[in-house]
Amino acid sequence: MDTCDPKSKYVLHLADDALILGQRLSGWCGHGPILEQDIAVSNISLDLIGLARQYYQYAAELIGNESTEDSLAYFRESREFYNHLIVEQPNGDWGDTMARQFYFDTFHFFQLQKLTISEDLRLREIATKALKETTYHAQFSAEWIIRLGDGTQESHQRIQKSISHQYPFALEFFETTQVDKQAHELNIGPDVVELKGEWTEKVSEILSIATLDDIDPNAFAKKGGKRGIHSEEHGLILAEMQSVARSYPNAKW
Amino acid sequence: MNTLSGVMDPEVPVLSVLDLGVIRGVRINEANVEVDIAPTYTGCPAMDVISSSVQEAIIKLGVSKVEINTVLTPPWTTDWISEEGKRKLLDYGIAPPQKEGRQKRELFQRAPEIGCPRCKSNDTFCVSLFGSTACKSLYRCNACLEPFDYFKCL
Repeated sequence: MDTCDPKSKYVLHLADDALILGQRLSGWCGHGPILEQDIAVSNISLDLIGLARQYYQYAAELIGNESTEDSLAYFRESREFYNHLIVEQPNGDWGDTMARQFYFDTFHFFQLQKLTISEDLRLREIATKALKETTYHAQFSAEWIIRLGDGTQESHQRIQKSISHQYPFALEFFETTQVDKQAHELNIGPDVVELKGEWTEKVSEILSIATLDDIDPNAFAKKGGKRGIHSEEHGLILAEMQSVARSYPNAKW
Repeated sequence: MNTLSGVMDPEVPVLSVLDLGVIRGVRINEANVEVDIAPTYTGCPAMDVISSSVQEAIIKLGVSKVEINTVLTPPWTTDWISEEGKRKLLDYGIAPPQKEGRQKRELFQRAPEIGCPRCKSNDTFCVSLFGSTACKSLYRCNACLEPFDYFKCL
């Protein structure tokens, strides 16, 4: 994939976030704490996988060379995925999943908002649609942070732990990689550093309502995902997600 | 068009694809028909079924080739559902989506008031933003205590 032009790489980066988080959330299907939550995360997972498909279809057109949405999702190695580290973090307990989701949804909301004014028509079209759905996701995860933070003593302690643990991964959102830089120069993607202000403000506001500790915008960021350097977890996700496609490469259903 | 009014949404079987507002264009070129369809919710699994049902219905008319194009602009929103469609939803027991714009929710705002499709009370409660399908939220009426679906506004 190193031969990809900057635009295709940027679209793959967007697609990989949606796919990996969608795959992660699908792990809750049938295991949600109560039925409504089970249905909710499965819905969010479906939205994200649907979004990933739209990005991959576009990336496949840009890359050409007989690539398809399926070949991009199922036949790339971990090093060729450009998702943020946060989306590959394990589901953990419900609080861990909601902390991850809250950070991501809030970022995703502001990112999509900027993509709706991208110079690239296709990205603009995809983002316009996804932004509406993401508004629901962001509302859902923020409500959970508030409910758990301002809940019982135990829920407060546990969500605080999840929020603090996931935070260094969230800061990777604002690291400018070569791909981000080029996407911004082409006017197809936002300057990620600029998203940090809005994101920090919204996250702080919700954490304060939730009676949780405020975040430190200058804390240490865990980085690498966007450049293809992933955690061990990533390989395990791919192994599970890609195994059928790789075992039966021409299977149809 | 008559044929298309008989193609129903698999998840909400009272709505035809025309009521739903997903058909953006039909071009007939002798024995070939081209249909433009706008996707509803990004991850909605019913979209594939809708496309193939449209294709099947047109082929039954004796057309040799049907091509389905996906169009993203202008994006489908719940405002594309016809007035007739909204009435059908209400009769079916699903609260129809509110008009976008005036009542559009911004990030983290409270949910708008939704009327109960059964007893028409406005005293309702959002149980979950996410319901049995991608397009629905789950509500409960505090007056008649019945749970009901609300067609989620996009």
